[in-house]
Amino acid sequence: MYSQGLIGADNRTEETPEFLARFQKRIDAEEKIEPKDEMPEGYRRTLVRQIGQHAHSEIVGMLPEGNWITRAPSLRRKAALLAKVQDEGGHGLYLYSAAETLGVSREEMTEELLSGKAKYSSIFNYPTLSWADMGTIGWLVDGAAIMNQIPLCRCSFGPYARAMIRVCKEESFHQRQGYEIVMTLAQGTPEQKAMAQDSLNRWWWPSLMMFGPHDADSQHSDQSMAWKIKRFTNDELRQKFIDATVPQAEYLGLTIPDPDLKWNEDKGGYDHGPIDWDEFWRVVKGHGPMAKDRIKARKKAWDDGAWVREAALAHAEKRRARKIAAE
Amino acid sequence: MAVFEALLELADDHLILGHRLSEWCGHAPMLEEDLAMPNMGLDLIGTARTLYDQAGKLEGKGRSEDDLAYLRGEREYRNCLLVERPNEDFAHTMLRQLYFAAFMRPYWLAALTSTDEVVRGVAGKAEKEMAYHIRHAGEWVIRLGDGTAESAARMRDAVEGLHIYVDELFESSDAAQEAEAAGILPVRADMRAAWDRTVADVFAEALLEQPSAAYAQRGGRQGIHNETLGHLLAEMQVVHRAYPGARW
Repeated sequence: MYSQGLIGADNRTEETPEFLARFQKRIDAEEKIEPKDEMPEGYRRTLVRQIGQHAHSEIVGMLPEGNWITRAPSLRRKAALLAKVQDEGGHGLYLYSAAETLGVSREEMTEELLSGKAKYSSIFNYPTLSWADMGTIGWLVDGAAIMNQIPLCRCSFGPYARAMIRVCKEESFHQRQGYEIVMTLAQGTPEQKAMAQDSLNRWWWPSLMMFGPHDADSQHSDQSMAWKIKRFTNDELRQKFIDATVPQAEYLGLTIPDPDLKWNEDKGGYDHGPIDWDEFWRVVKGHGPMAKDRIKARKKAWDDGAWVREAALAHAEKRRARKIAAE
Repeated sequence: MAVFEALLELADDHLILGHRLSEWCGHAPMLEEDLAMPNMGLDLIGTARTLYDQAGKLEGKGRSEDDLAYLRGEREYRNCLLVERPNEDFAHTMLRQLYFAAFMRPYWLAALTSTDEVVRGVAGKAEKEMAYHIRHAGEWVIRLGDGTAESAARMRDAVEGLHIYVDELFESSDAAQEAEAAGILPVRADMRAAWDRTVADVFAEALLEQPSAAYAQRGGRQGIHNETLGHLLAEMQVVHRAYPGARW
């Protein structure tokens, strides 16, 4: 999953107006742009950044849920959570591969993540504090991600669009699985229901923030929309998410923590209360409660694994040398 | 009851090793291993679930897979010591996996002719899984053993640390002996030759030597574990035990 709000199109470009017009014509005709096709530098940079952020989000996103694998309360849940977190790693792998088609290596992207240069979705900088969070993350966070990602299956860049088709199928499964965890808790003991409500209270607003700033405050949307990297605005997607999610919460007997939430007959959707944009920008700028721990964990895995990666390369080199010597 | 206990021993081996692998998820040396280790862990946990379920049915006291996994303490767990050994580093983890899979592959192959239908079913699936666990872990033992000076040293440390837990794999408890006599489970000691061959082939390429244990550690089948298992169980069981009777 990723935060659409973080992603801005880079529209600096040195191409001629004729070149840009030719490119735009292909986009407007809904042709897929493939890695070896000519493309404006800004388009390439925007995609490298967006796909990279998306990949990093999958990888960092393994940590908050990974936090509960060893404590899952039943064997069925343990297996399902392990498989889910593994799926996220798989998404990271496809996405790094999609970004690599644009000429940037996984190692370079990883170094940018670890140095803090590259961003990832700030939703993962919130802590997972109870088993219910494993349900809520699937239901809300993966649910919000799906809203963002379904349109990406039609993104103008071919490798990204194709990767997203499989990713969306798996995310949709995760979303249903998450909802089913929350449903089990909501229908369980009073303590379990309280656990589910507490989890919804903590994740609701950060989930709405995943869609990014209001359209009026989002600087980069226009170019991404024109290039058909992005197809809906932040507010359009947030509205779709709220309208889909509120009835789901009602069905569970859980209360969405927004006293201003109410159905608006005229617009055919829900109105919601004000989002705390101070919190949003604080977390985006790296001050989320778990921000330091997440990067520390990724750095530790990378640094502790260095000797393994070096050994694998050294062994491959030895094999190659032996093969040449034998010929 | 003997068959119940023998299946429990097998199930505990698989759950505890699967749990250990799951501890790596999100922290592996490379993304490919962040996918591979959970994959192997899922195989093992899947096998454990079927075995617990069957054990519970044979016992006839209405205990579910979760009752057996979450409501027994360390003295009641019957896994061998090898599988509870901490992950330490990637060298230890891969060697532990190789040792276990090199035993379980021939074991499940032999179990294909078990007199018990459930055991035959598990064996049919698990022998294939164990074949690729051997391949995956074995390839890593080779890469690390014949990689850099550091990786070779770490691999030798892992051999030094783990070889004392190997012999216990081949020993059958009284319960297991009864199940073996009934043709339900294969005789553990019979796996020795296949295990030796698998490990010797890998070690030859990995430039490692297989030491013979001056004194083999044992006790898991009697519930006499190392100190690490209690911590593993405390973590694994905490949520389940905090809400008695809750459904998840």
